[in-house]
Amino acid sequence: MVEYQNLFTRVQVRGPAYGGVPLARHHSPRDGKPSFSHFLGQLGDAQVGPIYLGWTGLIALICGFTAFEIIGLNMWASVNWDPVQFIRQLPWLALEPPAPGYGLSIPPLAQGGWWLMAGFFLTLSVLLWWVRIYTRARALGLGTHTAWAFAAAIWLYLVLGFIRPLMMGSWSEAVPFGIFPHLDWTAAFSIRYGNLFYNPFHMLSIVFLYGSTLLFAMHGATILAAGRYGADREIEQVIDRGTAAERCAIFWRWTMGFNASFESIHRWAWWFAVLCPLTGGIGILLTGTVVDNWYLWGIKHGIVPGYPAVFPAIPDPLLTVGAPQ
Amino acid sequence: MIRLNLGTTIGLGVAVLAGLGVALTTFERPRPLAVQQGFRGTGMDQLYNPRLFDAVAAANVVPTPLPAAPATGPRAGQVYRNVQVLGHLSVGELARTMVAMTAWVAPQQGCNYCHVGANFADDSLYTKVVSRRMLQMVMHINSEQQAHVGATGVTCYTCHRGQPVPANTWSENPGPMRAAGFSASNAGQNLADPVVGGTSLPFDPFSAFLNTAPADIRVQGQAPLAGGNSHSIKQTEWTYGLMMHFSQALGVNCTFCHNSRSFSSWEESNPRRGIAWHGIRMVRDLNVNYVGPLQSVIPAAHRGPGGDALKVNCTTCHQGAYRPLLGASMLQDYPQLARPGP
Repeated sequence: MVEYQNLFTRVQVRGPAYGGVPLARHHSPRDGKPSFSHFLGQLGDAQVGPIYLGWTGLIALICGFTAFEIIGLNMWASVNWDPVQFIRQLPWLALEPPAPGYGLSIPPLAQGGWWLMAGFFLTLSVLLWWVRIYTRARALGLGTHTAWAFAAAIWLYLVLGFIRPLMMGSWSEAVPFGIFPHLDWTAAFSIRYGNLFYNPFHMLSIVFLYGSTLLFAMHGATILAAGRYGADREIEQVIDRGTAAERCAIFWRWTMGFNASFESIHRWAWWFAVLCPLTGGIGILLTGTVVDNWYLWGIKHGIVPGYPAVFPAIPDPLLTVGAPQ
Repeated sequence: MIRLNLGTTIGLGVAVLAGLGVALTTFERPRPLAVQQGFRGTGMDQLYNPRLFDAVAAANVVPTPLPAAPATGPRAGQVYRNVQVLGHLSVGELARTMVAMTAWVAPQQGCNYCHVGANFADDSLYTKVVSRRMLQMVMHINSEQQAHVGATGVTCYTCHRGQPVPANTWSENPGPMRAAGFSASNAGQNLADPVVGGTSLPFDPFSAFLNTAPADIRVQGQAPLAGGNSHSIKQTEWTYGLMMHFSQALGVNCTFCHNSRSFSSWEESNPRRGIAWHGIRMVRDLNVNYVGPLQSVIPAAHRGPGGDALKVNCTTCHQGAYRPLLGASMLQDYPQLARPGP
């Protein structure tokens, strides 16, 4: 029994493949013959497939692949189709948005047109995937919490790549597609707008990000710790005394004086996760449109601490009379 | 005893190797030495790798100065023909300066790197024309650019270190060849380039900032709310790229000059930032007025791929040290280079 409950399960209980609940008549059939993977069974359920693709899934995959190809082939072209350089430089390569001079117009392909096109297909892909998440949840008779959590991430993505550039009147304000380039962009974004750490919505976003990891660690640890009493089989646990679930509740009541319920812990975690991109998106949206220098905004509103002077203050040499320009 | 099947063993082995690869190529050893340079707790620290101290010290040893020559006697300009820059020195001082320059710039090649053996007055070698202009440049730096070089000053050795062409120069860099046509431009960035510390920032910030028609370097606004500052994030990446070069050239991190909580604020900055500010002006001055115009003198084989002269940036002198030659002044032993002749 103990061995069975280990994450890396060696003993796998395996029944016949389960095809899933019946689908409504207008739904396309599930694809693929179910199979079993011992390796995947060590991490989760050993059964693989069938998968429901549907037209939203299919078009989302095609659009995503199109964006992936536009980005990848332009990266490869940027090193003159050299396969060695493509692999060596891959983390540095990028597809850049248009230069500021183009504003919101459609630039030539080489000057950011490809970036617009990749963004269009990627956005279409992500939105169709959202529809797929929503409709699959409804088809199973589930609530749509997963879809709305995904929508929170899409909100941040759209703010960064579409809504904020639109409000700033320039595609150049958007993020490049690239591994290191988008990180350097992030640092440059913070520097340009006077240090994002003084943006209260950035602060909130960090709270919810770290809060999410804390809640997930607490919840995961609690359930695993009571796994020996069957805490992973919640259904029988809710109503009886002395069950794994009640031990978990009492543990937190003893240590914190207050405990989540079976339902509320997931509500806490969901809101923490969802509020991370929601507040982050608000913070990005306010940057440059409303606030230009978050450090100076922080000084104005008294959130920037002062420190004793260590160096003699120097004036801006550009303003010193007689200085070379 | 846990028994692993073959697939799992291979998978774990690959994961361990990949993890080791990342760890060994990412992290520095030993633990960095952090030197506090601002108010406690504000992160105004300089980080050093103690293992590299010896190499930096060895790379910045000052050559033994030559014995001083008498300043009296007939002037070099009266004795020799065509002494345009050092004619006001004594014959002994001229000879000493020439011997020193040979050791600093062309120790292998000797006098004939610049001079025609039979007639030292002959200007037919381009290297002589270049070195005359460089002498004028050194005198100009020492007399007119003291806001950056202070009383420490510079000599030929500050940059040359025994090589005819300084090891660290720059020329216009349009980037490597890329597929033409309608494939996307890299916008001057997104390649692993050592001049910007291996980041993907613009790889030729020098053409933008350290030559004629310098781009606007100041991107942060001076008002809290939006409205008056139209600088873009892309412009910021160019400034950021130049600053990465500063950091590489001096072997320091951002907080050597800046308080990173507000990069643009002069009130928060270390006073060194003022010295760096004058350094930007100095390097531009040298590239525009001294090095750049030599393009027409230097043969194409010794110019950059774009045909421009090899020019000056921070690394040309600093070479990884916070002060060139770790602050040692060679000028005090060669006062003849301190200012142009009368």
